[in-house]
Amino acid sequence: MSVPRPRPKLDADNRAFWTGGAEGKLNITHCADCGEFTHPPRPVCRHCRSENVAPKSVAGTGRVDSYTVNHQPWMPGLDTPFVIARVALDDAPGVYLTSNIVGCPVDAVDIGDAVQVRFEQQDDIWYPLFGKAV
Amino acid sequence: MMRHEAYITGIGLSEVGVRLSRSPLGLTVDAVREALADAGLGFDQIDGVATYPGRMPAFLGFSPVGTEDLIETLGLRTRWHAGGGEMTAQLGAIALAAAAVRAGHARHVICFRTVYEAAALARPEEYPPLRRKEVDGASQWTAPYFALSAANWTAQFATRHMKRYGLTREQLAQVALNAHANAARNPRAIVKKPLSLDDYMSARMISTPFCLYDCDRFTDASTVIIVSAGDALDEVTGVPVRVAATAGSVDRYSWDQAEWAGAYATGRDLWRQTDYTAADVDLVQFYDGFAFQPITWLEGLGFCEVGEGGRFIEGGARIALDGALPMNTGGGQLGAGRLHGFGMAHEAVTQLRGHAGARQVAGAPRVAIATSGGGPMAAALLLARD
Repeated sequence: MSVPRPRPKLDADNRAFWTGGAEGKLNITHCADCGEFTHPPRPVCRHCRSENVAPKSVAGTGRVDSYTVNHQPWMPGLDTPFVIARVALDDAPGVYLTSNIVGCPVDAVDIGDAVQVRFEQQDDIWYPLFGKAV
Repeated sequence: MMRHEAYITGIGLSEVGVRLSRSPLGLTVDAVREALADAGLGFDQIDGVATYPGRMPAFLGFSPVGTEDLIETLGLRTRWHAGGGEMTAQLGAIALAAAAVRAGHARHVICFRTVYEAAALARPEEYPPLRRKEVDGASQWTAPYFALSAANWTAQFATRHMKRYGLTREQLAQVALNAHANAARNPRAIVKKPLSLDDYMSARMISTPFCLYDCDRFTDASTVIIVSAGDALDEVTGVPVRVAATAGSVDRYSWDQAEWAGAYATGRDLWRQTDYTAADVDLVQFYDGFAFQPITWLEGLGFCEVGEGGRFIEGGARIALDGALPMNTGGGQLGAGRLHGFGMAHEAVTQLRGHAGARQVAGAPRVAIATSGGGPMAAALLLARD
């Protein structure tokens, strides 16, 4: 997409998510008491309000919950078109990640498609992107 | 009139345009003057001010004027004021004002929304665009993927509706066609040209399935709604319109986690606040920052079943000025300009008072709904002329 990706501001809650890719891990905040996931990450489980939460590495597989093909260059230098999608993770019920579906033509993406995480490094951030599962 | 009722007693609108030279504060004062004259009130009778989202120093084009600017500029002596973004979408400011006058905290409240997004684009030195070295909060989950506009977020709701329920682009087009047709009868609308289905279908894509005509455009304007207490109506000369019910709800605050737009939960909740039903409603003003959003309001408020919104507006006759449920009669945001929610209340009151001229809905309409918000945040007002 030729221009740098906007950079998330790292903090105690989100660091494991945005840097887990360095170890090839997609980390989602998980509650050891009730077993549910909380995303976006927070220091309290949004299901049982326990503070016994920590990042948990998930499989990185999911399906396309919905998507859009963006054609508008919202900033100078942004190459279009590209796919923005909402990915539902297979093993983290209720968690959706907005991301880009890469490595395929933009018209090859549909709701329900199986996808697999891949990471794109920019400085110390490892952006979780998704490609179609083979 | 009951003290524990709230009424809209005056409405005002500044010049509406693209790249206006008049300052945003000037536009706001213009709209206040018009609303006061409409209500028959003087500056000294105003004791409350409410706005959404308040002055945003880092994003002045989006919201250049706050309550303190107006209070100071006009020398208002207020007993109550409120402004902020963390409320139930834009019309939540009017719902808050209604609650305040019902509780006796104020008698006459100026509610306003001033937008300056078109002028800001042309004058970036005075009104810098939102630029952040790093993104945080909810933006960090979408901006890194260049999902930078609400068009991208809302488009994904629309894609899902198409896949799950069969919504078509031809059906979606009816929202834009209706908006353009009604705007042509509204002298203050920014869109003057009619739109054909061919124009729509051949327009360039913004973010699928949204084309250019599915998206509202940056506008410079200020809209004012005056909310008065039921026991203060003897002080006004404007025709009062009762705020019969208000609702607003958040399911998931993050756009990327919400299953659907907040219209569904808010729509259900509105009917819990009132004895009116959807069958009593004569016309609707549904937030249309994007053409898909009115479909969610039609479904969320029960004018049709969930999933049937596209078929409900098929062909456009049902939502036309002479249809069974006239919608966005002044052109909505797609036709009249991005007044950011407040235009919906302004037009609803105009219609209920019978002041809509060439676009007046026939049959002396008595009950209308105005909504705002198209993502997780949503607000709805049920308005009645008694």
